[in-house]
Amino acid sequence: MASGDNDLALAAARGDRAAFAALLERHYDRLFRLCFRLTGRRETAEDLTQDICLALPAKLRHFRGEAKLTTWLYRVAVNAAHDHRRRAATHAKSAAGWGHWESNRRAAAEHTAENLDWLQQAMAALPEQLRDTAALVLGDELTHAEAAQVLGISEGTVSWRLSEVRKRLRVMRQEELSS
Amino acid sequence: MTDPLDELKRAINDATPAPDPARRAAILARAQETFERETFERTQGMAAAPRPTRDRPIGWAGLRHGVGRMYAALASRPALAATTGLAALGLVVLVPMIREGTVPGLPPDTPISGAIVSQEKMSIERADADSADSAVAPAAVEPPSRAAPPAAVGVPAPLARIEMLEAEQRARSMQGRAADSAAGVAVLEAGPTGEPVIGYEIGSEPGSETFANADPQPLKIAVEEPVSTFAIDVDTASYAVVRSSLMRGFLPPPEAVRVEEMINYFPYGHPGPAADEAPFRPTVTVTETPWNPDTQLIHIALQGRSPAVKDRPPLNLVFLIDTSGSMDEPNKLPLLIQSFRLMLGQLRPEDQVAIVTYAGSAGLVLAATPAGDRDTILAALHRLDAGGSTAGAEGLQLAYEAAEGMAAEGSVTRVILATDGDFNVGIADPEALEIFIARNRASGIYLSVLGFGRGNLDDATMQALAQHGNGQAAYIDTLSEAQKVLVDQLAGALFPIADDVKIQVEFNPAAVAEYRLIGYETRALRREDFNNDRVDAGEIGAGHSVTAIYEVTPVGSPAVLSDPLRYAERRAPPQGGDGEFAFLRLRYKEPGEDVSRLIELAITPGMGTANADTRFAAAVAGFGQILRGSRYLGNWSYPDAIALAGANTGDDRFGYRREAVTLMQLAESLSD
Repeated sequence: MASGDNDLALAAARGDRAAFAALLERHYDRLFRLCFRLTGRRETAEDLTQDICLALPAKLRHFRGEAKLTTWLYRVAVNAAHDHRRRAATHAKSAAGWGHWESNRRAAAEHTAENLDWLQQAMAALPEQLRDTAALVLGDELTHAEAAQVLGISEGTVSWRLSEVRKRLRVMRQEELSS
Repeated sequence: MTDPLDELKRAINDATPAPDPARRAAILARAQETFERETFERTQGMAAAPRPTRDRPIGWAGLRHGVGRMYAALASRPALAATTGLAALGLVVLVPMIREGTVPGLPPDTPISGAIVSQEKMSIERADADSADSAVAPAAVEPPSRAAPPAAVGVPAPLARIEMLEAEQRARSMQGRAADSAAGVAVLEAGPTGEPVIGYEIGSEPGSETFANADPQPLKIAVEEPVSTFAIDVDTASYAVVRSSLMRGFLPPPEAVRVEEMINYFPYGHPGPAADEAPFRPTVTVTETPWNPDTQLIHIALQGRSPAVKDRPPLNLVFLIDTSGSMDEPNKLPLLIQSFRLMLGQLRPEDQVAIVTYAGSAGLVLAATPAGDRDTILAALHRLDAGGSTAGAEGLQLAYEAAEGMAAEGSVTRVILATDGDFNVGIADPEALEIFIARNRASGIYLSVLGFGRGNLDDATMQALAQHGNGQAAYIDTLSEAQKVLVDQLAGALFPIADDVKIQVEFNPAAVAEYRLIGYETRALRREDFNNDRVDAGEIGAGHSVTAIYEVTPVGSPAVLSDPLRYAERRAPPQGGDGEFAFLRLRYKEPGEDVSRLIELAITPGMGTANADTRFAAAVAGFGQILRGSRYLGNWSYPDAIALAGANTGDDRFGYRREAVTLMQLAESLSD
């Protein structure tokens, strides 16, 4: 129950060990699945989940129970995924200066040749924001309002993004069919 | 053609793997370790100082660990495809970072960190601006910046300083490993974009469960402050909140415990007034203190008259129901509807019911309808549907308007506000809200507040509203609680027999050295307010009983805590009062009257006879004080409370007392 979560979280924030353990136990799987949907890679998802879990004791101290715990936790996860991507992006760019970027690009091109499944392609083709929104709403079955709270945007924007995802998927399917 | 979104949804869910059990266990164990270390450090007072980075869970080590991952991620095509657009922007941030991070000997103060944070914001904004759906980018960027109001003062400074230390360390290490610049740069960039900013954002969220309470009543010295004045309180919300916490396996936060509300939750069998007497009758009992052999408890119980339900005046009830989205949980709106159904069965045909809802818009869902027309009322109740997220407008005004329309000579009119704590009833300013309610109180309309669900329960506002609206605040977490509040005590909850009931006790310094009122922290009145009929106080409903307990230390008792003053004017020890402990004065108004009446009674040692009721009340008082962490109980603890309460459950027709014993046992096992 959502409110039970909040009690647990507040107790953990006050230093209740058992509450913290119970909270993690209860939410680990959910968190991991979300991380997977946000990153699309099992190892990355596991690392990301670990980062979040280890940061949680510090973060929980700032949890005031305003949002539902799951909403709050999702927001933490989405932010962590963003940071992760940003690190990866910077790394990609800095590597470029050393010629790595080009070789990676080539490797990636080869990779494409190996028939990546549709999901990988579809998710990879979506811009980051659309991908996150899709991961939250489609994968975790949040309502638009909940996803909006997690992402810190308006409900209308969530709806708009999803229709945008739909539009792009349609275009992709067209391209697939025509090629 | 199938909806591509459905297809994507299926694909996502099919692709999502189950977590690896070994990895899961390892991560959980490490997280627990981190939790314990951090908790330990915090309680040792180390948290305020900037900590070395290795103490931070996602600190230097975590990031270095992350480098391996970045290499791995680099090889993945999706990562590349997704991020090439952002890569160029990363570099823009990078340059100022190196410069600021490596200024030697620069004190790690906030301006620099502020610069880091703003760099971070810039990078997000620019990244967003460049991404495909730039139309919504500003909205996406807003939260982090908006989420840093000055209110969060306690958080930003230490965070910023830690961040600065990390940046410095990172920069230093980067110098040492210039050759390995690919990794070094990646790490450096990763720093400020990372966790502290998230923590900062979340840290600024204000709490959502707020409880009204004040510091526990302090010990008073009878010579210095012989008079104690307070308003009675018939609320019971605190007990239900405590119960709900314990049932979920957690000790309630101390500030959620209001001892008097716990005591007053239970029905007691004190004798009521005779027909021609005041509407309630005080019973005073002076007994041993369970937790201190050298002090005494003065137990003051007021028992309201309980007229036969058939004699009660007709009721006009306006249900003001919160139907905002947050009410859409099994223990909120559906429980509320069930509760009102129960209550409906107790109404008589000449009573009237109206329903007003507020969420997206306030509306009169059901105009005044005779209670006899059950079907119409039930249909309206069942049409209620939680939805809408915006502030309601005029909910309360509308409810009061409806109530005014129903009010008639000889009937009792009451607005019953049912909410989960979202008091967005159209008046934003709490003071204006109180003034509005107080004004309507003068017009003879009462207000009761029923809280549903936990999570954003605004207990403080609930209590304040009920207090100003001459009403009762109750918290309903189960159908059996609804039964208690709305059915078993329907008469009392819905029609008052005495308004503005105040208690004043004057202690006799010749007999009492020290005294302490247990509970009633939020109900204190100034001494002069006792005789001021314009000062609002609590109401007593039909059949209600209200209990107040003082712990007093007789003169000469070894339990006296304070020494006499050396330099105070030396007076002869106070004499007189014929050994009386205290003098009790009660003021109340008959409903609808403006002038108060007075009841007076001397309290003498050994007065009354202790019975199961007084002992049970003492056990609950002790229990409440344990939960609040009182320091007046010595070694008296849960097992004593359990034994005392368990031995005094009396006839306990509804099982409330046995439930309390169970709660005490739960609290005991949770407190280790």
